[in-house]
Amino acid sequence: MDDSSRMWADAPGAVAFRTEALCKVYETGPVRVVALDNVDLTLRMGELTVLLGASGSGKSTLLNILGGLDHASSGRVWYRELELTALGDRALTRYRRDHVGFVFQFYNLVPSLTARENVRLVTDIAPDPMPAEEALGLVGLGARMDHFPAQLSGGEQQRVAIARAVAKRPGVLLCDEPTGALDSRTGVQVLEVLDRVNRETGTTTVVITHNAGIRAMAHRVLRFADGRLASEEVNATRVAPSEIVW
Amino acid sequence: MVIPRPQLRALDLKLLRDLRRLWAQVLAIAAVLGCGVAVLLMSLGMSDALDRSRAAYYEREAFAQVFARATRAPLGLAGELRAIPGVRDVEARVSRFVLLDLPGRVRPATAQVVSLPDAGPPRLNRLVLRSGRWPEPGRWDEVIVDAPFAAAQGYRPGDRFAANLGGARRELTVVGTALSPEFVYTIGPGAMMPDPSGHAVIWMPRRAAEAAFDMTGAFDDAVIALRRGADEASVIAAIDRLLAPYGATGAHGRDRQISHAFLDSEIETLRVMAWILPPVFLLITAFLVNMVMARIVALERAEIGLLKAAGYSNGAVLSHYLLLAGLIASVGIALGLTVGGVLAREMAGLYARFYNFPELIFSMSWTAWALGALAGFAAAGLGATRAALGAARLPPAVAMAPPSPPRFARGAVDRLLSAVRLPQTDMMILRSVLRWPLRAGTAVLGYALGTAILVSSSFFSDSLDGIMERAFDLSNRADVVLSFPRDLPVDVIAAVRDLPGVLQAEGHVYAAVRLSHGHLTEDATIQALPPGSDLTRMLDGTRPAAPPDAGAVLTDRLAARLGVRPGEVLRAELVGLRRDPVALRVAGLVPEVMGATAYMTLSGYDRLLGRPPKISSVAVTLRADGEAAFHRAVKAAPAVGGALLLADNRRAFESTIAQNMTVMATVYVVLGSAIAIGVAYNGARIQLSERARELASLRILGLTRWEVSWVLVGEVLLLALLAQPLGWALGYGIAALMADRFSSEFYTLPLVVEPATFAFASLVSLGASVASVMLVRRRIDRLDLVAVMKTRE
Repeated sequence: MDDSSRMWADAPGAVAFRTEALCKVYETGPVRVVALDNVDLTLRMGELTVLLGASGSGKSTLLNILGGLDHASSGRVWYRELELTALGDRALTRYRRDHVGFVFQFYNLVPSLTARENVRLVTDIAPDPMPAEEALGLVGLGARMDHFPAQLSGGEQQRVAIARAVAKRPGVLLCDEPTGALDSRTGVQVLEVLDRVNRETGTTTVVITHNAGIRAMAHRVLRFADGRLASEEVNATRVAPSEIVW
Repeated sequence: MVIPRPQLRALDLKLLRDLRRLWAQVLAIAAVLGCGVAVLLMSLGMSDALDRSRAAYYEREAFAQVFARATRAPLGLAGELRAIPGVRDVEARVSRFVLLDLPGRVRPATAQVVSLPDAGPPRLNRLVLRSGRWPEPGRWDEVIVDAPFAAAQGYRPGDRFAANLGGARRELTVVGTALSPEFVYTIGPGAMMPDPSGHAVIWMPRRAAEAAFDMTGAFDDAVIALRRGADEASVIAAIDRLLAPYGATGAHGRDRQISHAFLDSEIETLRVMAWILPPVFLLITAFLVNMVMARIVALERAEIGLLKAAGYSNGAVLSHYLLLAGLIASVGIALGLTVGGVLAREMAGLYARFYNFPELIFSMSWTAWALGALAGFAAAGLGATRAALGAARLPPAVAMAPPSPPRFARGAVDRLLSAVRLPQTDMMILRSVLRWPLRAGTAVLGYALGTAILVSSSFFSDSLDGIMERAFDLSNRADVVLSFPRDLPVDVIAAVRDLPGVLQAEGHVYAAVRLSHGHLTEDATIQALPPGSDLTRMLDGTRPAAPPDAGAVLTDRLAARLGVRPGEVLRAELVGLRRDPVALRVAGLVPEVMGATAYMTLSGYDRLLGRPPKISSVAVTLRADGEAAFHRAVKAAPAVGGALLLADNRRAFESTIAQNMTVMATVYVVLGSAIAIGVAYNGARIQLSERARELASLRILGLTRWEVSWVLVGEVLLLALLAQPLGWALGYGIAALMADRFSSEFYTLPLVVEPATFAFASLVSLGASVASVMLVRRRIDRLDLVAVMKTRE
């Protein structure tokens, strides 16, 4: 658990996540919804993986379980040697704090904190963070650090969110529809930042998207349907975000 | 035929569901409102009960309107008194203070002996016989005693005790116990609190009293009933003229009859309470309702737009939200009326035991109920109006769009804050306070009022401690004060000093005086002290001081009522001692604690009267092992008319206050906490509702539950802490107002608030605030992190 500093630029190709017969069932009264149905998969260190699938295909549920936000109904999940499915609430908080960076569709910035302070929310508690200024420089916002979220555009806010996620030098970066609320030009900017972070820091990155065009920039593409892993493909050559057809 | 089932309109259904959903917040507001209504109802109900019970008692038992005393007037004069225009009836009595020697009690007790008419029960100030029978006219040893004394001593008809009557020891037999409208509040001479085990009222047949006090064919006490519409002042003037040759001390109305006047001040205190405390609660209710309604309207923006789009009028929307506030108020009012009604009845019961009423008439007037309900609705309505109007005025198109996000901009304070480099969660707290200063300010005011209620209520206890310190530790330091029926030469001091057990003995004069300045007249007590008086001292605040040899030092309130300043000259009538008034120069002023007093030196007083040195009482201190011997000697000493046991007095005072204070302190802790809880709980719930998303995303970022909770808890704590100094100041202000309004002619409440009182108030207020925000905090643990991520701001 305390090896997060080594995690940053870990040996590419080693196993980052592994799931075994992973199931998630939501039960509300008599209604039973199977969100994940016996999923076995492996995600590798340093890879940028794209999860594709229609609404309700189970990709977000998978991301939530990988990120320690949700519990599996059955099956097992490992992050490296750490079995997430065996962790309690407190240990999952610790796991998120030390290893996981999240990026959401709606940014989830704290409106009363400036860009720099939003990043500091994370760097204040992480064991080996980079300076907030460096993280913001990485996403190209070095000049707007003292702006509040309301003073930033949507794309800029999402870049702050990415800076906040990577500033702790996380083992994995989990992004749920990071471009979902953005126009194509701004969306490309955000994807470029994610690509750059992945290339320059070697952070294992998982991106959920509806946008099939984005798959071209991934190392690996997992397609979900009805809670199952429908297909898995590996891109031999990756396309730069600027060349993605939106 | 099908009878259509009455169906709630959809909007009303929403109302009821809203109420159910908001139950905890509704309850927190209702509790505050309930407290206000309960205090209002309790104060009004109790004062009403006292007032009515007293009026009914007076009416039924023919309580006199005018009271007069003389040293010795011929019985024939009673006929002349009766002939004064406006006088309906006169009862001419013999009444004296005496010492009792009770079996099994080392210390003497005091009693007021009142004669009963030869034929039948008294026509005025009639007795309510509680047990036993009337004394046989021929039997000189048979007496009726007041029921509280009998109860305290365990006396029943047939029991006997001894009394020093006019210098002779006499065995008396209790044949009955009774209550009298004249002694609803029974207090011994010089005492500060009723002490039924140490002071009695004894009614004995006139002939026995005449013989005991050498008053055959004479009276020294008259009670007078007036005809309806009679002019009391002119009757009093006529009585004074008739009694003047016989050592009259000046007739007076009920306002100066001790029992009546104490009740008056109690009733007044309760009424004042009804006007000081409830408004604080109503104000906070209005503020809480405003806070919650504003949030509800903000949350329901889209629904309001929908309602309007569907054709609901502005009026319908307005009344919908006002109705919600009305329902919240109804819960509070129901709570307040129930609790207030019960409290009023219970407290009235306590009062009935403290004051000696044969029965307590407790019927809450409908005006009290109506006033309580009206005040509650008014407060809630006041609080809801702004939010409800806002909802009504919202154009539907605007309502359907999400509200614009809060605008944060970097200001000077932010630059300062970043220089300090606080944790980001602290920064969130500070920014929230700085961005919504009005909201933070009203919350601070709310917490401050909670603390203020606690400070101002605990103030009573501090103030009474202050009275005790001044009355006993600083000014009246003797163990016992012996008093004599008339002034005696100073040799008596040496005689007292020779009694067994006596350490110190000092002679003083206590004399009734009527002071006039221009058209203003006040009755007061002259206290004449020997040089270097140690056992009885004049106080300037808490500092002992000595009166100058010429003129008199007046207590400040007395001087204010007379409109005199130091250096001016008063007219003094020394009732019963000198027929014509003398001139008395005001030498200075001191703060008043216990009653209106003019301090002089003994020699100055004797010069004023042109007489050789005399005294009216001797204050003594006793050796610890000499008490029993001293009391034995006093009981046998014929000249002694009264013995004021200051230690017993102090004990009675302390125990009465301790009882009252425990009850009241509990009540006020509940009241003060209710405010703090109402403000903190609602504040935190609203914060949580506004920041749920923000807090959840902090959890996702890996902040622990406690780190996230701190954003809520820290803000409440910060505001509550900021509120404390304001609360102390407000509390001190309310205490000052109360001290001023509650001070009567019997005593002045000194404005004393101990540091411990401030600390206690803040502790309760902060404790209640933190406890209620902790309740809200638990909801953070249940935040749905996944759902938050997926929703739009």
